[in-house]
Amino acid sequence: MTWDHMTAEFLVGHYNYWMTIILMMIGLYVVVSRGNLVKKIVGLNLFQTSVFMLYISMAKIFGGTAPILTGNEDEVYSNPLPHVLILTAIVVGVATTALGLALIIRIRESFDTIEEDEIFDIEQKMAEHATSTSGER
Amino acid sequence: MSPELAITLTVLLPAAATLLLAAFDKQPNLREAVSLLTAGALFIIILGLLQTVLDGAQPTAHWFDVLPGLSLTFEIEPLGMLFGVIASGLWIVTTLYSIGYMRGNKETKQTRFYICFAIAISATMGIAFAANMFTLFIFYEVLTLSTYPLVAHKETDAARKGARTYMGILVTTSIGFQLVAIVWTWVVAGTLDFEQGGILADKIDPTLLPFLLALYAFGIGKAALMPFHRWLPAAMVAPTPVSALLHAVAVVKAGVFTMLKVGVYIFGIDLLATTGAADWLMWLAAFSILAASVVAMTKDNLKARLAYSTISQLSYITLGVALATSLGVMGGAIQIAMHAMGKITLFMCAGAIYVATHKTEISDMDGLGRVMPFTYGAFFIGALSIIGLPPLGGAWTKWYLMLGAADAGQIIMVAVFMVSSLLNIAYLLPVVARGFFMGSTGPVAHSLGAAVAPTKGIQEAPLWCVVPPCLTAIGCLLLFFYVGDIYTLIEPVAFPEGRPQP
Amino acid sequence: MLSSLTPHLPALQVVIPLIAAPLCTLFVNRHLAWAIAFTASVAAFLVSALLLVSVLDGAVISYQLGGWAPPWGIEYRIDAANAFVLFIVSLIGALVLPYARQSIEREFDASTHTYFYTCYLLSLTGFLGVAATGDAFNVFVFLEISSLSSYALVAFGAKRDRRALTAAYNYLIMGTIGATFFVIGLGFLYMVTGTLNMADLAVRLDDVGDTRVTRVAFVFILVGVGLKLAMFPLHLWLPNAYSYAPPPAAAFLAATATKVALYVLLRFMFTIFQFDHPIQGLTFEYVVMPLAIAAMFAASIAAVFQEDIKRLLAYSSIAQVGYMLLGVALLTETGLTAGIIHLFNHAVTKGALFLAVGCFVYQVGSSRLGDLKGIGKTMPWTTAAFAAGGLSLIGVPLTVGFISKWYLIQASLEAGSLLIAGLIVASSLIAMVYVWRIIEVAYLEPAPEGREAKEAPLSMILPTYALVAASLYFGINSELTSSAASVAANALFSATNLASEGASH
Repeated sequence: MTWDHMTAEFLVGHYNYWMTIILMMIGLYVVVSRGNLVKKIVGLNLFQTSVFMLYISMAKIFGGTAPILTGNEDEVYSNPLPHVLILTAIVVGVATTALGLALIIRIRESFDTIEEDEIFDIEQKMAEHATSTSGER
Repeated sequence: MSPELAITLTVLLPAAATLLLAAFDKQPNLREAVSLLTAGALFIIILGLLQTVLDGAQPTAHWFDVLPGLSLTFEIEPLGMLFGVIASGLWIVTTLYSIGYMRGNKETKQTRFYICFAIAISATMGIAFAANMFTLFIFYEVLTLSTYPLVAHKETDAARKGARTYMGILVTTSIGFQLVAIVWTWVVAGTLDFEQGGILADKIDPTLLPFLLALYAFGIGKAALMPFHRWLPAAMVAPTPVSALLHAVAVVKAGVFTMLKVGVYIFGIDLLATTGAADWLMWLAAFSILAASVVAMTKDNLKARLAYSTISQLSYITLGVALATSLGVMGGAIQIAMHAMGKITLFMCAGAIYVATHKTEISDMDGLGRVMPFTYGAFFIGALSIIGLPPLGGAWTKWYLMLGAADAGQIIMVAVFMVSSLLNIAYLLPVVARGFFMGSTGPVAHSLGAAVAPTKGIQEAPLWCVVPPCLTAIGCLLLFFYVGDIYTLIEPVAFPEGRPQP
Repeated sequence: MLSSLTPHLPALQVVIPLIAAPLCTLFVNRHLAWAIAFTASVAAFLVSALLLVSVLDGAVISYQLGGWAPPWGIEYRIDAANAFVLFIVSLIGALVLPYARQSIEREFDASTHTYFYTCYLLSLTGFLGVAATGDAFNVFVFLEISSLSSYALVAFGAKRDRRALTAAYNYLIMGTIGATFFVIGLGFLYMVTGTLNMADLAVRLDDVGDTRVTRVAFVFILVGVGLKLAMFPLHLWLPNAYSYAPPPAAAFLAATATKVALYVLLRFMFTIFQFDHPIQGLTFEYVVMPLAIAAMFAASIAAVFQEDIKRLLAYSSIAQVGYMLLGVALLTETGLTAGIIHLFNHAVTKGALFLAVGCFVYQVGSSRLGDLKGIGKTMPWTTAAFAAGGLSLIGVPLTVGFISKWYLIQASLEAGSLLIAGLIVASSLIAMVYVWRIIEVAYLEPAPEGREAKEAPLSMILPTYALVAASLYFGINSELTSSAASVAANALFSATNLASEGASH
């Protein structure tokens, strides 16, 4: 077995992990680099989804069926627990997204923008204003 | 009354009195009566305890455990007894004086003043009677905090700044160094109880001892060892009764008292003597004595001059401990009493001058001695006691400390004491001399009725302000003759193996 | 009746506030909602007290949810460590509610009150659930329940200051990333062990040994939880979140959120990973400890320069988390005890401080230093409470802060490091600087003309004083807290016993 062969096997055999990592990095990058608040939420969703994939892929068995006992001793079925866990995680993710979007709507209402740097400028001005008027009450 | 109850009362009585003081916020006469009564009652209780201690007993009172193994416990031993008697006795005198001073100056927030004062005394009693370093530390911090409002009393910018320095240095040193030293002791020795002969022998690497001692010596900021002495002059922004009782007696003596306790009961004089761990401290204390005296000479503000004098005098006690001889400890203990009596006299005189004339600078006080003869007379006696001339109490301090230095073979230290005495003369006596012999520089602005023609005749401060310093001046004289009693009291501590044969 | 409920205490602990939460919204009346919330939080507190009493002797209560035996079913597992955390969280939870009522009545529209109580109870549920559960994935679920409702609680502050919205949003982003990291770590653990029950995980990880997967899991969990507990430099969400949240929410979160996250960290590090593998010990020694020390200094210094007291306290919280982590990172039993006792002590102290600041905000309408000059004269009780809390932050004797400092210094000296002891006291002196700035302004500055501030209402003063009293009482007599903390540390530290016992189920 040559080195190349091993490398190739390693790469192909773990392709689900590569996908996970790529998705995860894209997601995190979007969260960090985008100034648009909605886009950040999108990135966050990508990031979370990659983790869902990680869990699901580790439970998947090729040729496995749903874990319903049929009496057939030879039946191969996928591990149901990660699926269940991820169902929960998806619910959490949906809730997070909903709350995040709700916050964005409120931010849009009160700041009139959803761009991070513009909001930052407004907040900066508010802070300076507070410092200059403090004590004059 | 059982001794246990008596000990508990000494700490709780002043603290409990604060409730009454607060209740009588609007009735100054009642409020001050409460102050006086508490002071008197406290002194009586302590005299009762003194009798018990002189009979050879060491009564204890256990409150409760704060941490497992670390309890608030009190035990009366001779050093603490001495400190307790002095602080509580002088509290009575100072309370009388405070009434005159605060009313004479029409100070505001007097209730807060009396409350904080009572808490400070309560904490001082806790320090005096603490049975372990943990208890002592707790009351040490309570004392710092309760005196902060007293220093900041006037609420001016200067007062606030002074109080900030005061708190800053005292808390920094106590938490920064002392607490570490205490926990370190606890970790290596497994106990913090004060025990004759110390608790550290064979528990710690001797090469680390000087380091641990340094944490203690600098951590006890109240002992005003240079370079952590700045808080003491800063605290002079406080009203004079505070300077008199707290910054000449309670607070600073709490510092050097702690130093004595640490030297005698944590390290043990034998351990210090055999390892030489305190050698550096001896030199530093000697430096403090001389340097502070020199600085005192340059100060024109009377209270500032007295403050630096206090720094110098406190280092006598530190030096006494650092000599690591029985006679040094004896000298240190006697100095606690003598300096307290002498310095409180000086401060109360300074306050009386301020009440009567609103003068604070020595150069403005020319000729005042002829106008205020009683005040100046008391000042003169106090000054002589500090200098150490017989027949005044301060003489004994110098005597025993020099004996201790000679005993330790430190001839240079003997010289330090002698030079220091000369310096004392140089910064204290000019005040008296100017008062009596120099011509008056101007009309005396008298606070008690400007209509009275100035400069002629005797115009003393109110009676409440003059009698107390006269009393303590007499005290200085009496202490010279009754030093034997102090000696007998301290003897078991300084000479655990029995009195040395002359 | 009561005795039949006793075996179900671990479940009741979480279920009571969980059921009460939607009820608050369903009964539209805001007074009724408050009554429900308050009853539920008091009930939760009583349950936690009962639990604490029954595990203080070192016993372990295992509760099988739905009757499914672990490791298949979800197990609630109460030992001294989490009983202690449950006690703190529910104590704060119950004390803040009476306070919140008055404060909210003035700040919010009447129609939103019920939502606030719902979020509050959900948050409480989440914290309690995290602490009570013995199932690793369950930790994640409860962590998110608490976090999501915390984001909402912070956003409630938008009524006073719109910056609360962005604070909540940033908190949400950071919190979600943290939670997701945590789940990734869990996934790896599940991959190599096939179990999610904590006790079971501990045993099986022991068999797996030190592999690359466990290392990766370790780091993901450490970073994930680190985000939740504001471990420096992952603390960026905290100052804004705490300063713009409505005062009762800020007090509740400051006192509980980071503490519960710290508990999760302790549980994973000590019970599950057990420091069998060198990388874990090394990480704590060379990464967590320096970061903890950096937090103590950087955050304390940042606090000195804050003009807004809430923000100042938020920075101080980051520094205090540093103390806890430092104690833990010493990896000795005394250090762990120090960390746990500080967890309690700081919760009480910071709770009291935030409540006191809430009183200022209630009466003066601002928590900026410049607006609070001379406030000690017009609001003496509140200011005194604040001063007492401040002294505890510094670590003055007879306050809980002193007990924490004592243990921390003792732990570092026992570990042979005078340097760390020195750093601890040095940073607590910085605390003195920022506390004293406030005390000077409050007491010694003259009050401005025309400010109409009188003492806060009794319903706000009393809870504040309850916490102040706790911070003094446990500073004078630390019997209960120190013994609970040392039993808890022991429970965590002797995790191997726990694990083997868990396997026998």
